[in-house]
Amino acid sequence: MFAYYLDLALHSLRRSPVLTSLMVLAIGLGIGASMTMLTVLHVMTRDPLPALSAQLYYPHLDPLPANYPTNNDWGDPSDNFTWPDAMAMLKAHRADQQAAMAGGRVLVWPVQTGRLPFRVGGRYATAGFFDLFGLRFEQGRGWTMADDEARARVAVLSHGLAMQLFGRTDVVGRTVRLGDARFQVMGVTSEWAPQPQFYADAAGKGNYGEADRFFLPLATALDLGMSVSGNQASWKEGGKTSGYYTWLQVWVRLKDAAQVRNYRQFLVDYSAEQKRLGRFERSSQNAALYPLMGWLEHEKLVPGDLRLQLWLALSFLIVCLVNIVALLLAKFLRRSGEVSVRRALGATRRDIFLQFGIESALVGLLGGLLGIAIAQAGLWSVRHRPDSYAHIARMDLSMLALTVLLAIAGSLLAGMLPAWRASRVVPALQLKAQ
Amino acid sequence: MPLRPILSSLRHHKLTASLLILQVALTLAIVANAAFMVAQRVQRIHTPSGLAEQELSLIRVEGTAKDENHQARHAADLDALRRIPGVTAAVAVGWALPFSSSVNSYGVCPNEEALKRAMVASSLDHTGCMSIDTYSGGPGFLGALGLHVIAGRDFTADEYVTGDVPSILLTGAAAKKFFGGKDPLGQVVYAGRHSSRVIGIVSDTVRPMLRGDGSDGEVMLWPQLPDDNETSYLLRSAPADRARVLAAAVTTLQALDPNRLIPETGQRTYTQMREDYFQRDSTMVGLLLAAALGLLFVTALGVAGLANFWVQQRTRAIGIRRAIGATRADILCYFQAENALIVGGGVALGMLLALALNLLLMSRYELPRLPLWYLPVGALALWALGQLSVLAPALRASRVPPVVATRSV
Repeated sequence: MFAYYLDLALHSLRRSPVLTSLMVLAIGLGIGASMTMLTVLHVMTRDPLPALSAQLYYPHLDPLPANYPTNNDWGDPSDNFTWPDAMAMLKAHRADQQAAMAGGRVLVWPVQTGRLPFRVGGRYATAGFFDLFGLRFEQGRGWTMADDEARARVAVLSHGLAMQLFGRTDVVGRTVRLGDARFQVMGVTSEWAPQPQFYADAAGKGNYGEADRFFLPLATALDLGMSVSGNQASWKEGGKTSGYYTWLQVWVRLKDAAQVRNYRQFLVDYSAEQKRLGRFERSSQNAALYPLMGWLEHEKLVPGDLRLQLWLALSFLIVCLVNIVALLLAKFLRRSGEVSVRRALGATRRDIFLQFGIESALVGLLGGLLGIAIAQAGLWSVRHRPDSYAHIARMDLSMLALTVLLAIAGSLLAGMLPAWRASRVVPALQLKAQ
Repeated sequence: MPLRPILSSLRHHKLTASLLILQVALTLAIVANAAFMVAQRVQRIHTPSGLAEQELSLIRVEGTAKDENHQARHAADLDALRRIPGVTAAVAVGWALPFSSSVNSYGVCPNEEALKRAMVASSLDHTGCMSIDTYSGGPGFLGALGLHVIAGRDFTADEYVTGDVPSILLTGAAAKKFFGGKDPLGQVVYAGRHSSRVIGIVSDTVRPMLRGDGSDGEVMLWPQLPDDNETSYLLRSAPADRARVLAAAVTTLQALDPNRLIPETGQRTYTQMREDYFQRDSTMVGLLLAAALGLLFVTALGVAGLANFWVQQRTRAIGIRRAIGATRADILCYFQAENALIVGGGVALGMLLALALNLLLMSRYELPRLPLWYLPVGALALWALGQLSVLAPALRASRVPPVVATRSV
């Protein structure tokens, strides 16, 4: 029966080719636009570190003066830590794993003399960094807390930077010049580039596509006065180690709900103590603990424009679907005569409904295929935008399946009412009218 | 044109007609708001900077040698840059410039009491002080940018220093915010530990990152010489020469010191800088226009498609009407009027929907209120589009010969 209805549907669609192609085009445009935007949002809000993200948390303290202005161009300065607070978090050791870090872009000098240096981005971090985020080492290992204390001139390189500098990765013990100082290579990590770079200062907002290419002990970098990237704010005199200068990020790994509860309490208690000491001015209840995905949401990595674009695309799709409903309705009702003949010959209402339903689904399927093509074209054009997230805008299989599903579901939904209306045609009346 | 037959015929197609009304209403609601957003963005993209943008290019250079004498280096560089044919001015400028996306802002207080209040509170809010975006550069940077002094005087050569500056210029907007109605000339302002005198008012310009809250024109200029490994040089030339001048500048600077870095992202004409800064807005304008045109297209399609069906369906009835005396014009009018009714209902509903949508957008995206005149204009445009889309099917209907009435189906 299905094959027969399919045949009928094809026949009917072929009979009005212009109208059919216009309906397919309308669905294709609506689906294509919506899927382009959905895909962009999907890749931007993906879990950057699926294996560990459930256990990673970002503590938040509020050391700002009571009436610090909030309308600055770069976001909330209390999103970052001051040096004393970050060190207090690490020393308290209330989490299984923890690290403080800051980003930096430095000049790297090629091993061969006479070549120009080039600028790369990397991370200054405390020893716990590698275990905390589960980085894998190809060669050597990370530095220890003792190295941190000693301000050791040691470095860990990413696979890519090691290859670029030495053409090989077994380079433990060799020396690299980063900025104005020389460092001994302790290890080489496998490529590691979570998207977005969730652990970096979020004010960059463009943390898609970035990967750290070197890692240095935080205290060493601080000692050498190496330049720090990202949002930095201060509200009293004093340098990077003062309690009035935020520039660091702190991440911790917590295993279960009890640990999370305890850590949150610890943050509140710490804030209350700092307030008693007169250093914090704001309420200790401002202290918070964000899970990784919650932190990304809090930082609003997705630009408002992008959400607006998604709504635009979806409302476009809705208008297209309303359009299809009207056209299918008119089309099916025009065939009232045919319906009454079939009904008179014994077809049930269900048969009629099925027949027209299949015709609608067919329109949806064709529209969906066109939609995939349009969405691919749309994503191709997104990838050529200079936005930092642009280059990751690609459709995976699940999004591809969702496109077709959305198209068929949409057109089935659109076809439901017309098909139902057609199945209600009263045969006797129609036959008499002819 | 009697409306009764149209209405009674529409009653038979209640569902289809109301779907079309709904579609027209949604289209108007979205298109009116989209058009308004396009107008907003276009206005933003064309924010005047007050600079001679057409003649300016910027090049960023990073020295890699340590302990270099920056001032000597800049002097040598500028000397060579000014020799490039077509270059009418070359100066070293600070990081921040309009649309540079780099901000250099300072907390400044109008008197010492305010400064003390700010120090105690560790904040500028409610102290009379304000944080103000600052542009700096070497001798002549004002004129090279295309700005000019409208009251008071420009900086003199001996005022350009690497440390704390003795004098500043303010834009009219910044002076008004700072001193209210008082004459700003000769006033002393306090920035951290030192004070500077306001020596003049500079022509209007905008801050490096626009906020759109009415404070975009508040800018301070001061004669601080760039003193860093990384420097930006501003070049002025005839608009057509800019590409050549930029290329020549790269070669010249690289020849002066082969060990320095001149990244390609740091070689831009001011036109490119503006395009880069407003890139998201232009994307949005493109998308909004595409969506609006797409919607209008789909709606026109729906109107025409439906009219087509109805003409086919009613061929016999049309034949009968023609046979009993209706002229072609009557038939044409009938379909046009039917469409006018449906689309008219749609735009009436659509104007309300447009307002509702605007309220929603205002609450979620800080969009201003939709000016009311968008509604009748949009409604009229959509209504005209409906009339146009139905024209072809209506003409076909009017050509149905009366003889059809006598044929059996």
